[in-house]
Amino acid sequence: MATEIITPNTITMADLKGRVEPDWCPGCGDYGVLAAVQKALVELQIPQHEVCTISGIGCSSNFPGFIETYGMHTLHGRSLPVATGVKMANHALTVLVTGGDGDGFGIGCGHFVHSMRRNVDLTYIVMDNQIYGLTTGQTSPTSRMAMKTKSTPFGNVENPVNPVALALAAGATYVARGFSADQKHLTEMIKGGIEHKGFSFIDVFSPCVTFNHDNTMQWFRPRVKRLEDDASYDASNWDAAMDKAQIWGEEIPIGRFFERKEQASLQEMEPVLEHGPLVHQSYRIPSEIARTFVEELM
Amino acid sequence: MKQSFSIGIGGAAGQGVASPGDIFAKIFTRRGLHLNAYNAYQSIIRGGHTFLTIRTGTSAIGTIDGHLDLLIPLNQDTADRHLRLLQAGGACLYNADLIHPGTPAEGVVLCPLPVSSLADISRNKIAQNTLAIGAALSMMGIGFHALESILEAQFRNKGTAVIQENVTLARAGYEYASQNFAPFANSIPLTENRYAALSGNAAMAMGAAAAGVKFYCAYPMSPATGVLHWMAQNGRKAGIMVRQVEDEIGVINMAIGAAHAGARSMCATSGGGFALMSEGLGLSAQAEIPVVVIDCQRAGPSTGVPTKTEQGDLWQMLGAAFGDYPRVIAAPLDIADCFTLMAEIFNVTDRFQCPGIVLCDLLLAEGRLSVDPSVLDFAPHVDRGELITSNGAGDGEPYKRYKITPSGVSPRVIPGVAGHTHVVSSDEHDEDGVLISDAYTNHAKRRAMMEKRMRKVEGIAAAIAPPKLLGPEDAEVTLIGWGSTYGVIREACELLGDQGITVNHLPIRWLVPLHGDAILDLLRKARRTIIVENNFSGQFARYLRSETSFVASGHIRKYDGEPFFPEHIVAAVKEQLAGRTTLSVPTHEVMV
Repeated sequence: MATEIITPNTITMADLKGRVEPDWCPGCGDYGVLAAVQKALVELQIPQHEVCTISGIGCSSNFPGFIETYGMHTLHGRSLPVATGVKMANHALTVLVTGGDGDGFGIGCGHFVHSMRRNVDLTYIVMDNQIYGLTTGQTSPTSRMAMKTKSTPFGNVENPVNPVALALAAGATYVARGFSADQKHLTEMIKGGIEHKGFSFIDVFSPCVTFNHDNTMQWFRPRVKRLEDDASYDASNWDAAMDKAQIWGEEIPIGRFFERKEQASLQEMEPVLEHGPLVHQSYRIPSEIARTFVEELM
Repeated sequence: MKQSFSIGIGGAAGQGVASPGDIFAKIFTRRGLHLNAYNAYQSIIRGGHTFLTIRTGTSAIGTIDGHLDLLIPLNQDTADRHLRLLQAGGACLYNADLIHPGTPAEGVVLCPLPVSSLADISRNKIAQNTLAIGAALSMMGIGFHALESILEAQFRNKGTAVIQENVTLARAGYEYASQNFAPFANSIPLTENRYAALSGNAAMAMGAAAAGVKFYCAYPMSPATGVLHWMAQNGRKAGIMVRQVEDEIGVINMAIGAAHAGARSMCATSGGGFALMSEGLGLSAQAEIPVVVIDCQRAGPSTGVPTKTEQGDLWQMLGAAFGDYPRVIAAPLDIADCFTLMAEIFNVTDRFQCPGIVLCDLLLAEGRLSVDPSVLDFAPHVDRGELITSNGAGDGEPYKRYKITPSGVSPRVIPGVAGHTHVVSSDEHDEDGVLISDAYTNHAKRRAMMEKRMRKVEGIAAAIAPPKLLGPEDAEVTLIGWGSTYGVIREACELLGDQGITVNHLPIRWLVPLHGDAILDLLRKARRTIIVENNFSGQFARYLRSETSFVASGHIRKYDGEPFFPEHIVAAVKEQLAGRTTLSVPTHEVMV
């Protein structure tokens, strides 16, 4: 690889502003998530060319177009395997994965579970609005029971998935929940996720102003309670995290539910990466090794 | 007629059919003999019927042919099924304690081995296999010492005692045969050459490794799993990251992610797994991220017959993913070509930033062939195409990932390079990667982007070699095949030539883009054209017709799960020359 010419500078919010304005509805929760991600990158001073933001399909999955980093807008539900491929090929990159609840917990749920079990070092931010927005308002995997949508006009009869509990069960090593209207707290959750070495999952309440009239900003605001406000809460205790994950009603916890720091991430388990990012390694197999491959056949 | 010698070894799955096969393969290739091996088996771990055929000779062996010179039945069932495949001069070598072979054809010798008196069978359950190998070597006139080092390697992990026990057994078999059985009259002379014996799966994995693949991922699926096994075993030595993924949807997307980051990236599957990959193939095309996918075809549709061969996936490949986009599809002609093709297809897909499909099948993937070691070149030409890996070489203009160019190829940057941030997208996009699918829909830009991508087809066609006609130009019959039928058609041509019928052969290796004009030029001069393929509906015949309007005079098709033998094609050509039919469907004689 040729010499990199990088002028040292300070990363600002302006640097991270995307080429196009977000096309989200006015008042959409996703604006708050975008701002929090940009703030987190500014506070951590990660150059934008060292970040890859990868999404699936859906309203929130348009995210990579609205932030100036390397970006990939992949297929519906497939952001995590694509992101895993990017991270494995170049683990020097900070890889952010963004998407919605339909993308991540519906069509992409299989990849969600396996990515967590692998503990691949990705930061996965789900803008959870409990509805399918881009397809104009159908029930989603996190829609509450009895919720009326275009696909459940008489009320939803299926139980919602509990993303935080699912993530804990599947082995995610950083599990957090944020609220898009609580910018400062959400930024901290995202920063913690980026700094965490391993799979970090941040479920964000990001209300849909157009299609979800049940779980609105106003509905969440009095209910959300920060785990950080309870000094006795121990985020290294998995059982405590699982207990907190069951709470839903008049009080809904947000914050860092769980973090396990000592577990090696996938890239640390891979001897092939000992010599640095795969993409910068030689693609020629040394002739003495190549010879052994042929000799074994003779 | 080709001078060759064929051995058949059969038994229930779990009886150890594979090990004698490996041992014979090593002995033959180390003594300068070519070989071709095919294992007929079922989707079962214990039981059923497994039948391995190894054909060897001094010149290249392109196929097995259904005849045997030596049969080693490991159970009664195998003797019952296959004794009649032995031709005059052949022999059946069997465990006299267990097997009663019945009456063979005239000129075939029965060679009973008194296994219980030569070995302690209570201790060694595969004693009959090792005794038979020793006896076979004696009858074939191959010295015993060749076997000793191979047994050592074979049982290396099991310790000295096991090695010694097997060497002793093999020697007992060798000596018993020397004293009691006549040597084969038509044994094959040995040569000074040395060959490597390998499967198509190993060849594709090694070919990809040689081509610089750095990321390989897969979900296990027969008959493609051998690629994963080679990669898993050797990836660390070769500097290749190998991942087993939760499903084929994850596989293709992970491979695309790694490719986007700049690594040469590959995955392999069979028809069912490929079906799951279709949408991902479209992502590769639309986002212009090169990825190589191997499809080892098996008999379909659906789960089909997982352990049997077919060439039934062509139209799935032609139609995979919706929309129009440039793709490359190539079918390796034999196991050596499984290696050679990989560097070529990686170069084409890198240069033209599109998906490349290697359309292999079970016959090659799991078959074995002797290959001259010089074919296994680990320093092939590598062309990564227009790939930007540093920000020092720009022209000062703002970087546009999907810049409109005359070739349709836009220089690709790997993430991490400063000053080149952009978004790649499965949505339609502008030159700089901005989506034009949502609020910004623009028909003029859509058309320009579509035309840009499709312009690459012309460049791909120019980068790949047109097919060549093999054999006499003015032949009575032209046999057209694609992919794995290459070897069997070559031998059928020789056999027909021996019988006074001149035949030439047009093997198709690059399927998409198809050199339609070049093919038409060749076929217009042909007197009678017959398309040979391993499927029901004549998938290639239909494709050729759709691309060129060319209609062949006749067809030879087989869709019973087993490969063609040369004599199937010989008989079919003769019946078509006699005007009896234009569609021949040979019956498979070997009961497997």
